[in-house]
Amino acid sequence: MAYKRPEPVQVIKQRRDAALSALVHGVPYITFMGIEFDRRGDELTAILPYDDKLIGNPLLPALHGGAISGFMEVAAVIGLGWSVLWDEIERGELDADEVVRGHLPRLPKTIDFTIDYLRTGLPRDAYARAKVNRSGRRYASVHVEAWQDNRARIFAQGTGHFLMPRRDD
Amino acid sequence: MDKAKIAKQFIKAIPHSRALGMELTDIGEGFARIEMPYAAQLVGDPETGVIHGGAVSALMDTCCGAAAMSHPSSPAGTATIDLRIDYMRPATPGQTIATEAQCYHITRSVAFVRATATDDDKDNPVATATGAFTVER
Repeated sequence: MAYKRPEPVQVIKQRRDAALSALVHGVPYITFMGIEFDRRGDELTAILPYDDKLIGNPLLPALHGGAISGFMEVAAVIGLGWSVLWDEIERGELDADEVVRGHLPRLPKTIDFTIDYLRTGLPRDAYARAKVNRSGRRYASVHVEAWQDNRARIFAQGTGHFLMPRRDD
Repeated sequence: MDKAKIAKQFIKAIPHSRALGMELTDIGEGFARIEMPYAAQLVGDPETGVIHGGAVSALMDTCCGAAAMSHPSSPAGTATIDLRIDYMRPATPGQTIATEAQCYHITRSVAFVRATATDDDKDNPVATATGAFTVER
């Protein structure tokens, strides 16, 4: 087979980032929360930039537990959705340009989500990364860790189970 | 101060709950009821218009916290230790989601709370939650 020259790195990067952006910005709640994603290869970091409307206790002040869990659930669903999408794009089953054009894949549905609050959420930016521990045809299990200034000092962790979107095959 | 006034001020004091449009409609003796009207900005699935689970979990968290704080043996504030939410079905788009939480047990340091969220179909819960909350002294 003739050697096929790989596409220029910028072309690949731009396409992947555009697919991720389409996936994330198609969800109104993610925009409402102001959540963004940073991508390095297939690894995603969810970012929750500080905003006054995320506060739960103005006296401390501290982030609202619900804002933290919402952020972590978004990190889990997008992390899981992205990992599936990534594989499909890499295998050539799905065209990233189609995603950018608005043919968004259905996102996994949350079955349950458990969150442990380990430390007070401080009034500053928060970060989260999701690890897909099991991703089957129907169910998936995802663990999320969230931190603020120091990666080693997580302030919340969560585990969720998800129902995978039905595949038409 | 009467109960209705306390209820109004409770949500007013929590910026995130206010941003989500929550209204506390009942509180006292370890029980709380909070409503969250449907809003386009809280949608999680643009194709169906269903509210995002994150907004529902914020509602659950607020309601459970309010129930814990309203318990007669809870002297002051509270913080969530852990919270588990089970999503039974998508909430019907356009309908208000109401949550009722009950603090069913409290010790010197921990309040145990259960909650159920429903839309207009009161017989089929949208979600349930169980959580442990700190008892601040």
